[in-house]
Amino acid sequence: MQAKGRVFKYGDNVDTDVIIPARYLNSSDPAELAKHCMEDIDKEFVNRVQKGDIIVADKNFGCGSSREHAPIAIKAAGVSCVIAETFARIFYRNAINIGLPIIECPEASKGIEAGDEVEIDFDSGIIYDRTKGTQFQGQAFPPFMQKIIAAEGLINYINQQK
Amino acid sequence: MAMTMTQKILAAAAGLEEVKAGQLIEAKLDLVLGNDITSPVAIHEMDKFEKQGVFDKDKIALVLDHFVPNKDIKSAEHCKCVREFACQNSISNFFDVGEMGIEHALLPEKGLVVAGDVVIGADSHTCTYGALGAFSTGVGSTDMAAGMATGKAWFKVPSAIKFILTGKPSQWVSGKDVILHIIGMIGVDGALYKSMEFTGPGVSNLSMDDRFTIANMAIEAGGKNGIFPVDDKTIAYMKGHSTKEFKVYEADEDAKYDEVYTIDLSQLKPTVSFPHLPENTKTIDACGDVPIDQVVIGSCTNGRIEDLRVAASILERFPVKKGIRCIVIPATQKIYLQAIEEGLVQTFIKAGAVVSTPTCGPCLGGYMGILAEGERCVSTTNRNFVGRMGHITSEVYLASPAVAAASAVTGKISGPEELGL
Ligand code: SF4
Repeated sequence: MQAKGRVFKYGDNVDTDVIIPARYLNSSDPAELAKHCMEDIDKEFVNRVQKGDIIVADKNFGCGSSREHAPIAIKAAGVSCVIAETFARIFYRNAINIGLPIIECPEASKGIEAGDEVEIDFDSGIIYDRTKGTQFQGQAFPPFMQKIIAAEGLINYINQQK
Repeated sequence: MAMTMTQKILAAAAGLEEVKAGQLIEAKLDLVLGNDITSPVAIHEMDKFEKQGVFDKDKIALVLDHFVPNKDIKSAEHCKCVREFACQNSISNFFDVGEMGIEHALLPEKGLVVAGDVVIGADSHTCTYGALGAFSTGVGSTDMAAGMATGKAWFKVPSAIKFILTGKPSQWVSGKDVILHIIGMIGVDGALYKSMEFTGPGVSNLSMDDRFTIANMAIEAGGKNGIFPVDDKTIAYMKGHSTKEFKVYEADEDAKYDEVYTIDLSQLKPTVSFPHLPENTKTIDACGDVPIDQVVIGSCTNGRIEDLRVAASILERFPVKKGIRCIVIPATQKIYLQAIEEGLVQTFIKAGAVVSTPTCGPCLGGYMGILAEGERCVSTTNRNFVGRMGHITSEVYLASPAVAAASAVTGKISGPEELGL
């Protein structure tokens, strides 16, 4: 599995409240949530994001409440992968469970800049910054998590097990 | 290989001899929890399973607590959805208005969690039950749905940080001060993905209510779970509340920890966490003059009977200062009744506070005490993020019930000592 796209860059402790503000939680429709994704931290995000684009952030991405609407909004906005130095753990679980690829790589989170063209190979965990010609080794997904992501989420994965 | 307490519980639940940090396992669940906000999403997800129905109607707990009695039409619809699901699936542990309480105070009180259990809840403060020597952790709605359908969940086995507690806390120092001190020390991601294992001779000087408060806020340090050893107090608590069989796990003596901290409880002072992150802590003597508008005493962190007793011991001597709104919310119906029987509710009302039936209410900026622009609140809750309790310019200061009550008396952030207590 691979992802390829342009980078949106954010800092430390991006919490689930700014990823999808509580005022929009009266909907659980992914397309509707996607319209407000990152609104409180980057008003331009939804206008500029294109299918396949990548979010790169620093520490503790997705901290705060357990709302699953956060990774759902990011995925539905077209983002193909989130790279961060670290993720808050409930966000990490939720992202895997709904089939949004995420990858931890402190070096990439420092080395990649907004607007860079980046390619990611999930099997090897290799992140390649085409704009700069630099390469980083992220944590490869264990096979179990790759299967969940390939099945587009935990529920499909469980259904396939039967 | 030597294992931590958490690792031993997870190994047993996965049916494995041993597990090590980083390993992915599938564990059997003893309880799956949801509330009125997260359950509707999970219930919706349940439709997607090929095999319909729940794995065990007795091992699911659904608690309506965030916005009940219903605050508006939307919350009424959410509660209705959960109520119908509970009815269709004959969920035995469904708690509606009249029986409900804030989930993390209610479940231990109802005896639904005991030592050795593995519990997931679609609420980030599910880590509270670690106080009983259980592994419990917060998850999202898909995990909750999968848990309700299959009785299992996947986990990455965590490594751990060990906190050796020694000494005895002084009179006005509580579990809240201990955990705020720790979060101030290690930061909001200081325990990311990790277990926080509390141990040492000082544990015996902490009441069960103190331990619930400490485990409750493990998530505020990014922790996967917080866990306490099982001692006489734990056993007495479980025997008093549950008929479930419990199992005691102990960390191996040579278990590996990423870090070890020793904390002398006798040296701690009442601690306050300043806006807008729980890690921004100051001891009470370093808080300076911070005038406030509101005080909230309640929540899954500090809405238990001991918390109310401490607050009442201050408010029975001093009234709430004019102009300060003091809101007291017992966490469960049982605690509410006990507070009435002990005369605590009378004390609060006479002092000029309001007392509500159990609800999360103001803790997450829901209702029952929302802050206006620029207002400040001293609260016994657990999060002080931007806008958590109302307007984005309002401020929440996290503190113990003793500090909250004393602050209600003076109208600014104060410790009981300031009142000559
Ligand atoms: S009291 Fe606050 S933190 Fe606890 S469950 Fe309710 S909303 Fe969450």
